[in-house]
Amino acid sequence: MTQYGVVLFHTTSSVMRAEKLLMKEVYSIKLIPTPRQFSSDCGIALRFDWNCCEQVKSMLDESRVEFDAIHFLGG
Amino acid sequence: MIYLDNAATSWPKPPQVLKAMTDVLERAGGNPGRSGHRLSVAAARVMYDTREAISQFFGISDPLRVIFTGNATHAINLVLRGILKPGDHVVTTSIEHNAVMRPLRSLEKQDIRLSLVHCAPDGSLDVKDLARVVNSGTRLVVVTHASNVVGTMLPIDEIGAIAHEVGALLMVDAAQTAGVIPISVSAMGIDLLAFTGHKELQGPPGIGGLIISDNVDVSQVEPLMRGGTGSRSESEEQPDDLPDKFESGTANLAGIAGLGAGLKWIADKGIDAIRDHLKKLNQTLIEGLSTLPNVKIYGTLDPERSVAIVSFTVTGKSVSEIGLRLDEDYGVLSRVGLHCAPAAHRTIGSFPEGTVRLAPGAFTTVSDIQEAIQAISKVVRS
Repeated sequence: MTQYGVVLFHTTSSVMRAEKLLMKEVYSIKLIPTPRQFSSDCGIALRFDWNCCEQVKSMLDESRVEFDAIHFLGG
Repeated sequence: MIYLDNAATSWPKPPQVLKAMTDVLERAGGNPGRSGHRLSVAAARVMYDTREAISQFFGISDPLRVIFTGNATHAINLVLRGILKPGDHVVTTSIEHNAVMRPLRSLEKQDIRLSLVHCAPDGSLDVKDLARVVNSGTRLVVVTHASNVVGTMLPIDEIGAIAHEVGALLMVDAAQTAGVIPISVSAMGIDLLAFTGHKELQGPPGIGGLIISDNVDVSQVEPLMRGGTGSRSESEEQPDDLPDKFESGTANLAGIAGLGAGLKWIADKGIDAIRDHLKKLNQTLIEGLSTLPNVKIYGTLDPERSVAIVSFTVTGKSVSEIGLRLDEDYGVLSRVGLHCAPAAHRTIGSFPEGTVRLAPGAFTTVSDIQEAIQAISKVVRS
């Protein structure tokens, strides 16, 4: 079973930016409502294949897409 | 009907714009950034794609520095109210629209010092006059890119150089040029660019924006409004993140989609081709009006130095009478009077009566202009 991670963002614009950036390179990208256990925010979060965690982080850093945190989400 | 009031708002709109607006409400009608469901995400994508398209259109690398507003006036107020503090010095010109003049006159009462640089009667600005009034206390220089009364363009790059020499920021009101004149915020030294969507950007009314360049420290800009942003909802304080800091309340999604389609329409046509077409219409209009008796045309009369906006008066006839006859008898739609720009009319010498303004748009044809000139000729001679 695929294990997922989730990137939390401060703004929806950053989510959109990240989605566009990662979509071509990273598998299993999906936008989901921000899981309640991580934040009380009402926005969107980006779910990804946990195996790509390092790649996701480095791509976001390289393109200077601001994000709040990356968490392990599970299967 | 010949619509020559495109400087007020462009008409007709490209069919793609109308389609994009109905499409987005049908297929992506959620509230962008408020929820995680598919309709909200689809709406957020439309909003972001337009934000990105605008950033590319105006030559900036960061789409998050595109702030959506209701119109150019909103963007201008955001900057003037958000940056200027008591004691600051601000410089503007004598051909500005009331979108700039009224907020500045109001701020003057709150100890903001205002200097007005006088333009020539054809609307042109001698940058040496500007250089004389800016000083180390100048926080902001605010200028229109082109006069909404006579179309005369101001030398933005030279103005920017003068502003930056004293450490001031440059804000440009691009209401009349965006979509017609290529604008690169980075290449032209513009720090803040206010634009509206409903003129030559071909979008609907109710959508505009502000571009904030990298030179501007956004921590020094106060938001005009505070409220819900969909982000950092745990906090009762306004977030500092861009663009949310300046975008409280539900966005005009249909307007944003329409504006996005307008930008695409311009890209497909080519902005240079649109500019060339409007130059030709402007030239035809100036030449045609020049042959008529008792007609005084204002501005540079040079399509290279102006956008396609022509103002004229007729000796012995009121502008409102001319406007009414053109509309009722010939179906030629103009705008008469002061065009929300009393300072500009004082500058060109047409205050308080005003002028008849003709503003062709991207959909206007040469034969429209020829027909309009024949109609004006009859009205003038009647």
